[in-house]
Amino acid sequence: MGFFMTNILTIVCFFPLVGVLIIMLWPKGKEHETEVKWIANIVAFAGFLVSIPLITHFNRPEYIDASGMRFVFKAPWIESLGVQYYFGIDGISLLLILLTTLLGSISILSSWNAITTRVREYYCYFLILQTGMLGVFMALDFFLFYVFWEVMLVPMYFIIGIWGGPRKLYAAIKFFLYTLLGSVLLLLGILALYFHQYAVKGVWSFDVLAFQELGIPPDLQYWIFLAMFVGFAIKVPLFPFHTWLPDAHVEAPTAGSVILAGVLLKMGTYGFVRFSLPILPDATMEFLPWMMAISVIGIIYGALVAMMQKDIKKLVAYSSVSHLGFCMLGVFIVTPVALEGGILQMINHGISTGALFLIVGIIYERRHTRMISDYSGLSHVMPVYAVVFLIMTLSSIGMPTLNGFIGEFMVLQGVFADPDYKLWAVFGATGIVLGAAYMLWLYQRVMFGPIKQEENRKLPDLTPRELATFVPLIILAFWIGLYPSPFLSYLHEPVNQIVEKVRPGEFQPRSMQARIGDR
Amino acid sequence: MPEIPAAGELFGFLKLNARAIAPQLHLIVWGLGLLCIDFILPGRGTRVLGFRGKSLSVLFALVGLLAASLQLWRLWGTGNGEAFYKMVTQDAFSEVFGLLFLVSAILAVALSYRHLDVEDAQHSEYYAILLFATSGMMFMAGAIDLVTIFVGLELMSVSTYILVGFLRRQRRSNEASMKYFLMGAFSTAIILYGMSLLYGISGSTNLNVIAQEAAKREDNTLLILALFLMLAGLCFKIAAVPFHMWAPDAYEGAPTGITAFMSVAVKGAAFAVFLRIFYVTFHDFHDLYMGVLAVIAMATMTWGNVAAVTQQNVKRLLAYSSISHAGFVLMGLVVGTQQGVSASVVYLFAYTFMNLGVWAIVILLRRRDVIGESIEDFNGLYFKHPGLAILNLIFFLSLAGIPPLAGFIAKYAVFAAVIESAMAAGQAHGQLLIWLAVVAALNAVVSLFYYLRIVVAMFIERESLPVPLSFSVGVWFVLLVTGFFTIAMGIYPDPFFNLARIASLPLVF
Repeated sequence: MGFFMTNILTIVCFFPLVGVLIIMLWPKGKEHETEVKWIANIVAFAGFLVSIPLITHFNRPEYIDASGMRFVFKAPWIESLGVQYYFGIDGISLLLILLTTLLGSISILSSWNAITTRVREYYCYFLILQTGMLGVFMALDFFLFYVFWEVMLVPMYFIIGIWGGPRKLYAAIKFFLYTLLGSVLLLLGILALYFHQYAVKGVWSFDVLAFQELGIPPDLQYWIFLAMFVGFAIKVPLFPFHTWLPDAHVEAPTAGSVILAGVLLKMGTYGFVRFSLPILPDATMEFLPWMMAISVIGIIYGALVAMMQKDIKKLVAYSSVSHLGFCMLGVFIVTPVALEGGILQMINHGISTGALFLIVGIIYERRHTRMISDYSGLSHVMPVYAVVFLIMTLSSIGMPTLNGFIGEFMVLQGVFADPDYKLWAVFGATGIVLGAAYMLWLYQRVMFGPIKQEENRKLPDLTPRELATFVPLIILAFWIGLYPSPFLSYLHEPVNQIVEKVRPGEFQPRSMQARIGDR
Repeated sequence: MPEIPAAGELFGFLKLNARAIAPQLHLIVWGLGLLCIDFILPGRGTRVLGFRGKSLSVLFALVGLLAASLQLWRLWGTGNGEAFYKMVTQDAFSEVFGLLFLVSAILAVALSYRHLDVEDAQHSEYYAILLFATSGMMFMAGAIDLVTIFVGLELMSVSTYILVGFLRRQRRSNEASMKYFLMGAFSTAIILYGMSLLYGISGSTNLNVIAQEAAKREDNTLLILALFLMLAGLCFKIAAVPFHMWAPDAYEGAPTGITAFMSVAVKGAAFAVFLRIFYVTFHDFHDLYMGVLAVIAMATMTWGNVAAVTQQNVKRLLAYSSISHAGFVLMGLVVGTQQGVSASVVYLFAYTFMNLGVWAIVILLRRRDVIGESIEDFNGLYFKHPGLAILNLIFFLSLAGIPPLAGFIAKYAVFAAVIESAMAAGQAHGQLLIWLAVVAALNAVVSLFYYLRIVVAMFIERESLPVPLSFSVGVWFVLLVTGFFTIAMGIYPDPFFNLARIASLPLVF
């Protein structure tokens, strides 16, 4: 147990690669494909189980570093540059890591029948992707972070490019190029930090926590902020940089969309929370109005565009733009409640949008169309499906008792807590109204009314396997909606630290006892 | 004038001085030997000791290259310094570049063996000339005198002209050779013009002396003219925009083994001279040429990439990509710091590995009846040879600068050098350097676009030619070595950073 717990982050991160190795060595041929599927599913699920001790041991003092990071593992890597193999997590990363391992195994399970060609490769890419994403959330060395950040692009490119829809090549290359564009500028920002740190302290290091203590002069902060902004904003994606997202989502296979929406987009928001805010506090405050404006534009624009879509998947994709705007609104106002709400909203979006993509995938697998006009009255033939769809729709639009409500409420409340930006909360709230409009309208058109198309009369309801992919998500949606404290309790400490860095002394720290209503 | 040793002392003098150029001498002797034994090697069909004639000549060439490497290894780190009345030097810079050239030459020989058969070309002369070219490059890297630079440059260039036109029966090879020769001669003349001006100004051909004399002068007009003449000539040699037009034609027409060799070693040698002259002789004028060089670097990487996007022929595509990479290497020259030299050296090493790897695969695609140079020839490679396709993917991702591969480390090194001096420099230069970094970053994205075109062909397109690839032990060897280093350098680049740092020391005072 000792070895396991000291290296737990490394083990969790690289565990999926074990599956890749087994699949590559497994005998080839059509007849072995089922075995490959089993291997991938078992490894992915085991990967989730392996990540469970992160919660159970999270608050044990022996795993807490002086900096407040948990399960820290540090080893020199490239000594001439001062690069370290440096893993460590706090509450924010913890939730995202669990979301990743959970959604990873769910989406691998959901691919069972959807992927019929080149099965082995598919699962290999998926497991590699899993490692890349986990590494991003664990790395505390900026160089190491960047490596994972980039590595993960390659498998995603192939997942979209090989198993995608008719315009898969266009979508895949757009995804890759857009993200790479952001990352290379991000790299320049990282280098500026690195050399500034050397000039000030005489140390060559990419240590993220050390960067936070630097006290960088404001004008340098602005440049670095802009460089990082492009990198993260493309990934989120924020309003003017979002055009790759609908293409990638529509063309990607179902599981690819789930991971893309559920985890990949969170890497952008996570980047803002982990790096931009605490390392560049002055620039954050300087650009705060702009960020608020961009987020609100994203919320409303995404919602309006979603409303007009004829393709269900595209609708869900644009709803992501809107929801991610909400996350960013919460993150950038940097009040404790809003920041916590923004982070929780990342998780919520992963759950509800991930589930919605699964929902779209299920009817697509049966009918090979995603047009809203090809469906009507499905609730008559697929009752279980209708219930699941309804829960996730309500979760997505922020119905009380479901997870989306908590996140959105906290974000709006937190924005309202800052007297200068009260008005933005109003704009944000219109996004919720619009969200309810497009989602409910979608649900109404697809599920209610008479069955107009003959092909839809015989649609089978959810299989047990398909239902199994939804059960954990539904449980989580209700859990967060009814009793979010366990989740929020992980966030108090890191959120307090970040808020204290960006807006020192303005807000009371959130404590374990604090309730949502507290300011 | 230095004193000429008397006949009796000549032997001692040679013994003392020849140490510094032992690897070069070995290459020349083994090359000449190869030419001589070509007469006695058995012809087609007959064997000596079970070897065919061409196998013997390739072995001979490899032994020669290994002998030179052994000499280099014995000299490594001894720093014998200047020899032959300060005509050449043997310092860390020349050693590290020598290593680069020898590695590329060995890999090029390994690549060419089967390829020459496919192309129906002779073996012995080819290897001999390759050895001569390599020795010319090593002279260039070690030269601290304009005369030696020129002799080394010519030895390399003339050999390369011949090698480019080596496929005598192919029109395209002849055309490439002719173009390359004319452009090359033209650029050499420009360099020579610059050299003669330098000699006129300073009365010396030694790089250090010229720098000292230049520092004493008040009117630097002529010197600046010489500087820009040298700059233009060297930009021809490294195929920097706007002096790059010869490169795609020459690269396309040359035997692919030579194209691979040219894109890494010949370019590397030109960079060695470039670095040496601009850091040693012209360093006081750094502020003056920096702007020009920065613009050239930006234009080179951008134009190379933009032109590569539309290419259908893989050799031309890689030629343009090679132009673009030269722009990245130039970034190290632009900054004019020790980190700049190191970054350029790191870049050249990384580029050597990943680029030779790609060329090895292009060579595999050239089969007896298949030209194998268009992007469609890569179609479905993954389905027939998954390992090969994955290796090629690694090379392309590395070329595009995706971590954790060698190309990323290379891009990291040049970006770091530029950002570092941008943050140290004054306002005006700082901004220019930041722009340089941003343009370079954007170029990394463009380059990925056309590399991905080939990746798509390999992994997603279906149909593929039923003709088997021309595998050979040599190509496997190259793939193994380049693949290993492309990955290893990405995961653990420390040895290469150290190598590059050592190499930069002699250039910076």
